Amino acid sequence: MNQYDAIVIGAGHNGLTNGAYLAKAGLRVAVLERNPYIGGATVSRELHKGWYYSNCSYVSSLLRPEITRDLELPRHGLQVVPFGGGATFMRNGDHFGSYSDHDRHYREIARHSKRDANAYDRYAADTSLQTKLIRPYLMRTPPDPTSLKPRDLRDLMEFAQSFMSLGEEKLLDTIKFWTASVGDYLNEYFETDVIKAHMAGSGIIGTALGVYSPGTAYVLLHHYMGDVDGNVGAWGFARGGMGAIANALSKAFQSFGGDIICDANVDKIIVRNGRAVGVALKDGTEYRAPIVVSNLDPKRTFLDITNPKDLPADVVKKAENFKIRGSSGKLNIALDGLPVFNGLDPRNRLMAGDLHFSDSLERQERAYDDWKAGTWSKDPYLDMMIPSLTDPTMAPPGKHMMSVFVQYAPPKVEGREWTDEDKDGFEKSVIDQISNYSPNFKDLILHCETRTPREIEAEVGLTEGNIFMGELTFDQLLFNRPFPGYAQYRSPIKGMYMCSSGTHPGGGVMAAPGANAAREILRDLKRPNTVPGGYADD
Amino acid sequence: MSSPTRDTMLLTTPFHSRVEAACALNDWGNWMGYTTPNAYFDIELEYFAVRSTTGVFDLSPMNKYQISGPDAEAYLNRLVTRDVAKIGINRVGYAIWCNDAGQVLDDGTIFRFSDNEFRLCSYQRADDWLAWNTLGFDVTIDNVSSDIAALAVQGPTSCTILTLLGCENLNQLKPFGMAHYEFEGRPLMVSRTGFTGDLGYEVWVPPESAEALWDQLFELGHDYLIKPFGSHALELARIEAGFLQANTDFMPAEEVVRVGRTRNPFELGLGWLVDFNKPLFNGRAALAKVQENGSKYRFVLLDVDGNKPAEHSFIMKNGKVVGTVTSAAWCPTAKANLAYAQVEMPHGTVGDKLIAEIYYQRELHWTQLYAPCKVIEAPIFKPARRWQTPAPPH
Amino acid sequence: MTDYDAIVIGAGHNGLICASYLAKAKHKVLVIDSRPVPGGCASTREFAENYRVSDCAQWLSQLDKTIVSDLQLSDAGLVLSSPKSTISLQPDAAHVTFDGDTVTGTSIDTEDVTAYSSFRLQMRRFAKVLATLYNGRPPKLVEKNWTDRITLLKLGLGLKLLGKSHMQDLMRLALINIYDVMNEYFKNPALKSAIALDAVTGSNMGPRSPNTVFSYLHKVTGEFLSDSGTRQVMGGMGALGTALASSAEAAGVEIKLGCAVKAIKKTGHAVSGIELVDGTLLSSKIVVSSADPTTTFKSMLGYAQMEAGMAKRAELYRNRCGTAKLHIALKALPTFTGLNQAQLSQRLIITPPMDGMETALNPMKYNEISDQHLFDISIPSIDDPSLSPEGHHVLSALVHYVPFSPKMGWDEARQLLTDQLIDEISAYAPDLKSLAVASELVTPADFEKTHHVTGGSWHHGELSIDQVLMMRPFPGSTQYKTAVEGLYLCGAGAHPGGGLLGLPGRNAAKEIIKGGALV
Repeated sequence: MNQYDAIVIGAGHNGLTNGAYLAKAGLRVAVLERNPYIGGATVSRELHKGWYYSNCSYVSSLLRPEITRDLELPRHGLQVVPFGGGATFMRNGDHFGSYSDHDRHYREIARHSKRDANAYDRYAADTSLQTKLIRPYLMRTPPDPTSLKPRDLRDLMEFAQSFMSLGEEKLLDTIKFWTASVGDYLNEYFETDVIKAHMAGSGIIGTALGVYSPGTAYVLLHHYMGDVDGNVGAWGFARGGMGAIANALSKAFQSFGGDIICDANVDKIIVRNGRAVGVALKDGTEYRAPIVVSNLDPKRTFLDITNPKDLPADVVKKAENFKIRGSSGKLNIALDGLPVFNGLDPRNRLMAGDLHFSDSLERQERAYDDWKAGTWSKDPYLDMMIPSLTDPTMAPPGKHMMSVFVQYAPPKVEGREWTDEDKDGFEKSVIDQISNYSPNFKDLILHCETRTPREIEAEVGLTEGNIFMGELTFDQLLFNRPFPGYAQYRSPIKGMYMCSSGTHPGGGVMAAPGANAAREILRDLKRPNTVPGGYADD
Repeated sequence: MSSPTRDTMLLTTPFHSRVEAACALNDWGNWMGYTTPNAYFDIELEYFAVRSTTGVFDLSPMNKYQISGPDAEAYLNRLVTRDVAKIGINRVGYAIWCNDAGQVLDDGTIFRFSDNEFRLCSYQRADDWLAWNTLGFDVTIDNVSSDIAALAVQGPTSCTILTLLGCENLNQLKPFGMAHYEFEGRPLMVSRTGFTGDLGYEVWVPPESAEALWDQLFELGHDYLIKPFGSHALELARIEAGFLQANTDFMPAEEVVRVGRTRNPFELGLGWLVDFNKPLFNGRAALAKVQENGSKYRFVLLDVDGNKPAEHSFIMKNGKVVGTVTSAAWCPTAKANLAYAQVEMPHGTVGDKLIAEIYYQRELHWTQLYAPCKVIEAPIFKPARRWQTPAPPH
Repeated sequence: MTDYDAIVIGAGHNGLICASYLAKAKHKVLVIDSRPVPGGCASTREFAENYRVSDCAQWLSQLDKTIVSDLQLSDAGLVLSSPKSTISLQPDAAHVTFDGDTVTGTSIDTEDVTAYSSFRLQMRRFAKVLATLYNGRPPKLVEKNWTDRITLLKLGLGLKLLGKSHMQDLMRLALINIYDVMNEYFKNPALKSAIALDAVTGSNMGPRSPNTVFSYLHKVTGEFLSDSGTRQVMGGMGALGTALASSAEAAGVEIKLGCAVKAIKKTGHAVSGIELVDGTLLSSKIVVSSADPTTTFKSMLGYAQMEAGMAKRAELYRNRCGTAKLHIALKALPTFTGLNQAQLSQRLIITPPMDGMETALNPMKYNEISDQHLFDISIPSIDDPSLSPEGHHVLSALVHYVPFSPKMGWDEARQLLTDQLIDEISAYAPDLKSLAVASELVTPADFEKTHHVTGGSWHHGELSIDQVLMMRPFPGSTQYKTAVEGLYLCGAGAHPGGGLLGLPGRNAAKEIIKGGALV
């Protein structure tokens, strides 16, 4: 019997979260997954015997603690271990380390510049102010500024009030923060290039913009607004890889009676008389439900699995115009041992953090120039991790697993599809950069999985391989995400909803879109809400 | 290959070898990134050394900025709220500085060496703010924190001990005065300043002189009962003496995240340091408005009934919370249970009677106490010797 | 008793406009400028013997029409050409012509033609909303007062009147890049890049940079308020300066030229006048500066005279700009492939497709010289023979993107770049080189030196979102009144910014009059 109360398309973390909350409310829910395994981009896979790769997303911070706790994810096996810190290795053989201990961090910055070390406190305070503004809205549905409904007006007033309470100057500083480039923003605090470059990385990860593009300061904020155990801005590893998050969510979902159906490749959402009534798979199987939730990105949702004749023309246009740009790639590497970078003692805690080699804003900007010209960065910005230094399950003892996130890689190479030669060239530019700082690196490589936007799109179904399912620019945030007028998780078709990272508050393994969408669905069904509210953040 | 752990460890001061030897309790803390003793042998006895003989405190971690150049005076005058032109050569001035909104960033002391040469000594680091302030001034700022070792030598016999060390006519030095000597062929500067509210001096030397200075001080001071004291004893002394501390009694404005958590000088009882008749200074326009419209808070010293320190207490009036305690201690010399509190206006005029809600624990049993308290003039401890010149011998 | 009610620093268009309005309100006003001629960036200069050009601003398209009538500029001698169309030159000579809301060209299909007029219509809708803000002081958002509340209400009403779908479109477009919008509307690359050029003129941004839709809207709003089309000023831009000056004088303004201001002086805590380079002190109730914010605060007032937080804001104000100008004296009218003589007198632009514009921008970010540039060309001597010897002509082009200080230094780069730019234009005008008798490159650094615009920034500071509207030039010194008592801003560094709008000058005057500082 293929009849359900609700069908969720895509067993990524948001789909599973959405399913869990609907099932918790007593609905009979099926989550359909195209791949033979669940997780979407929140996945760990043994692609080399003995090594597990978090081969898409690779670190966790943004996962909403309200959801972790409410769905009892720790009981379902999730353990998130903070790593704290990181380093940028410099061309001159030195490094800049970022330590989670405040005083130690001060002394390390002071080694490069006392002024910057002191300015860091001001930077941290100003940046926290911004995260405090936005965090209360992560677990809420954005109000529609064009609407006159009491709920929208009330939420909008509250939103405006929280900004107004800052006072004139701080409010304007906030607008500045939300619109400025990360390079200009950091220039207001720091004088040392490597320090700026180290911090600017968070402003460009997953984004088709450069460090000097307006709007990238917000992307930095997006990476700072999560927390691990209340430490705002901290990041950690899910023990067992990112798949552990999806696994725990799936167990929570199943504990409420939900069904996960893998190898179920949805072809179309079936619409009858203006209402979604189910989905048809590519193999012809049909599943029926009065509620259909798409966890695919907005482009796939409206241009791929929905029949355009079921949609108002403006929505098709909006989906076409939705900005979702492939800008990143990834290398997952099995290592025979631990590489040494710039002579840093491998026992140094920094090694367990995020490691980079771009020691100036100019190098990062030039990496973006390559992307604009339609090619991968010849001197890319890398966000590199060795999770096996924190999590012993990722690689055999004494061996290591390395995850290398690469910015930038274009969705198409000079306008054409990626070829295998391109992929090799992309891989080489990354390996070569790492080797410049680590003479023993190349010899340690046992296996390397290289993923360009082509592979990410083909396997995970992220359009252009965009990790956030849509650029995090202001035109696509809050009440504009995915498009103005459709930011409250409802599609224009009755009974059809959106729950992906393409909706508010966006990507980064937060699970908030899935939860928020469930709340709106339950509201429409006039069922009691099962989704927790956000924690007060003072 | 760099060391995996040591290169970013807590630092040690130039006196460390001697401090470590003297630290019988091996009780250490982190002050401004330096390993510093919380207590040497007994907090209370250390405190009493300051009040009745001489106590020595290693204040090398203090942040010190050398400010020099043709615009040095003008620079400092725009920075702080008091008139720096009135600080004479070889004089020291206590000062506070604010941001443009008139909210306090920190307090500290300004040492004037010559027309164009000053040193700013502050509790908080100030590199960033001092650097921004140089815009438009011909001035050089050097962070000399690690280039100068310093000891606070405080207490009734301190003048005598330092005179024995070779500081001739030190008893003639007025409060907030500076005198220059030579010690083992290197310069030694003494200022009649301190954080204890007692007769006392601060001694400034190059780091190379540090160990010899410590050794000679303790040798010469032995008969005058000289003792080292740590951070805990200092905390007692400074509360008794009425000194505020950044991050405890107020938040440095540039590090505040939440709206409304900063304070202006009037709200900290430091309005006397704001001089509207001097040239432009940061926060002037905003503070002029505050002076006109009044502030939201008042900083008060409370004499709390009983002997339970009112740490972190809410302050109530007629059953309503009107403030909170920032620092509190039983003060052994004043024999008073003191608390500093910020209370909402209009409460807190001298003589105002308030209630402190105190929680204290004895053997895992918590007791809630509503202790009556009274607003008194600060400071409560003001020995005559602190201001006497010539300084009394003991 | 002060020498003047108000001293206006700078006889640029905004300074003169502000002074005129103040004088019309019966105030005693002095305008002072270091240059020997009025007009500031609206100036005409003889760059080679008997060849004159508009050496800075080139076209008049955004001057607010109420200012033109209030100040009776036609009576004061301002003569304009007929409106110009824009022709985007193509390597294959399939040029694209823009005239009002229509676009024509052999490569443009009807779909793009329709899209163009609907694009223009949409932009004008938004311009109308923005015009609400441009016409007065930018509202404060938190500090409540009735003037600002009414502006915000008007703005809200304007947004509502747009209707839900247009309002949603504006919410989406306001902060994004022109690159995406062009791709959404159009197919033809020449059409896209020609519009994109308008979005990046006078900036350091490429079409892919978020914020470029706003800069385009800024231009459209100016054009909406001006309602004149793009025109050439007869006698060169300097004639606008002259007309404004004579109108100001007619209103009773005293103008002192060739007098450099050394400092803005304070008495106590308020600004009380100025000191000239020769040491003369002139007192006034207020000083109104039309110089850019950096010049005003850093050079004239001095950071030491401000509180440190405000000095920091002034120091962080960004003035990056990649605009240069190339002037060529020609012994005869050049031939542009595929253009007739009538077309030669129009606004001619040369730009690669949008991706190429980005590539052209990249080197500037690293202080390097690009291989390719974007041009906005005028041959003003066709309409205005007074600019060159008989039969001869002058060509003047705005050029993007040129670094302020190239790594190799201007001594070496100047001739190299001049030759390269002439070569680049020659690709479209084969006989240009043989006709050239003299040429001059005016770099952003030159603009800073000759016209006292910091960074060579025409707009007196980047028109980035955090430096426009209620944030212009920076928090604490908005609404024309600075954080320093008695000091006001009326230049393009004040709201609504640059582009020969004249609005900063007029709005500032109105605020000053209303604020009562002169009573």
